[in-house]
Amino acid sequence: MPRRLVCALALLALLCACSPIEPWVKPYEREHLADPIMAFDRVPIATAFMDHVYEVRMAARGATGAVGGGCGCN
Amino acid sequence: MQLTSTRLKLLAVTILGLGALASAPGRAGVLPEDEADVEWNKYSGGGQVIEGKTWLVRKKIGDKIDVEYTHLIDVVSGASIDVQLAASPYIEQRTQDSASVQYLHGKSTYSVSFSHSFEPDYRSNTAVFSISQDMFGDLTTLSMSYRRTWNDVYRQECAMHGKNGACDEKIHDPSFGEKTEDQRSYGVGLTQILTRNSLLSANFEVITDEGWIANPYRDVAYLDQTVGRGFSLEPETDPNTRTSNALGLDYKYYLPYRAAVDVQYRYFQDTWGIRAHTGQLGYTHPWRNWTFDGTFRYYTQTHADFYSNAFLFATQQNFMSRNRELSTYTSWSAGLGVSYQFTIPHFRWITKSTANLRFNHLVLNYKDFTDALLVDPKNGIGIDNAPLYSVSINVIQAFVSASF
Repeated sequence: MPRRLVCALALLALLCACSPIEPWVKPYEREHLADPIMAFDRVPIATAFMDHVYEVRMAARGATGAVGGGCGCN
Repeated sequence: MQLTSTRLKLLAVTILGLGALASAPGRAGVLPEDEADVEWNKYSGGGQVIEGKTWLVRKKIGDKIDVEYTHLIDVVSGASIDVQLAASPYIEQRTQDSASVQYLHGKSTYSVSFSHSFEPDYRSNTAVFSISQDMFGDLTTLSMSYRRTWNDVYRQECAMHGKNGACDEKIHDPSFGEKTEDQRSYGVGLTQILTRNSLLSANFEVITDEGWIANPYRDVAYLDQTVGRGFSLEPETDPNTRTSNALGLDYKYYLPYRAAVDVQYRYFQDTWGIRAHTGQLGYTHPWRNWTFDGTFRYYTQTHADFYSNAFLFATQQNFMSRNRELSTYTSWSAGLGVSYQFTIPHFRWITKSTANLRFNHLVLNYKDFTDALLVDPKNGIGIDNAPLYSVSINVIQAFVSASF
């Protein structure tokens, strides 16, 4: 019985993979998302410098998608 | 003697080049507009002043290729608590040049960048390759990056002292020679449109270091009753490998009255035993030609396995550090920013210009790093029971940006 269930689920997953995914937010519904205030990094040159300050003062690093630059290393 | 935190430089300088990858998740498949920026910044706190200038130019070539060049200069002066404890104040300049190329092909964006950083006792070269791909009706953007950094580390010593005792000429210490460090980073990111008003970005990054990671100038302290202040110093010894993992999440929501909130969280761990959590709240509010930003950030970390504020005796263990960035501490920061958008009448080819001013106040409260400058054996204050160290830092940034 468990094997049949697994096969059925696998078949269902395969069928889902064959059908195109319909965007649940249509392109014409993305007006707000396209607003510059929704950019993850609206002012990269400023964010880069602050991320650099944090990097040199703290042990944690990475996963910010941040740019380096500036000093503050000492 | 100059004291610089080389290991921290490795962290900082080698995060170069991800700018191309970081070009606004959710907007892959679109090259950024042509732009020129000039920035001035000033960092002051903990006895140090760092003043920097950055120039950035970005230009499209056709509609598929984008090139970017950045040049920056930093001048560091003053004396942090480490310098005051074991060395003399100094002035040092760092320059950095970075160039990147992005190529847009259908739903994919390829990016290559290279960067070179130069200091009297530190050279760094970084190369980055990244790719991002829009999929599922542009609801999802997947990105991957690989970064490689090569660093050369030297130790400087004074070759000639001036009349006032300051060092007039420095040379590389031949007994130290040249040390190298190799760093590799592997990153993957996913940006997802959740609703017509919200976005979520997730990034995971593994960074490995191999080579000289320790600081050639920084010392550790150990208890020593044979000297008046009750402790002595010896060079720190860090492991020559380190691997870290970090997972970052960023959620952005568009409010009904045209404003945006941003919630970020990052978890970090490494093979040195450090665990860290970072949380940040942000708010962006446009009003006419103005845009206002506010952020609050909280950070906490545990100390490295081989960190100690004061070791019991010299060479107590094979790896030893009193680097305060490897100690246990919490930190918070608050920031405010304002941008003003304007047009220049006689320069029609400049489509948009902004003047920007940002201020950040950062506080670090150390939990197991004492202020060794307050040690006073006559009053029973040793390095192990001196007041805990804390520092407040102010950062000001002013920059002008023009799009054309």
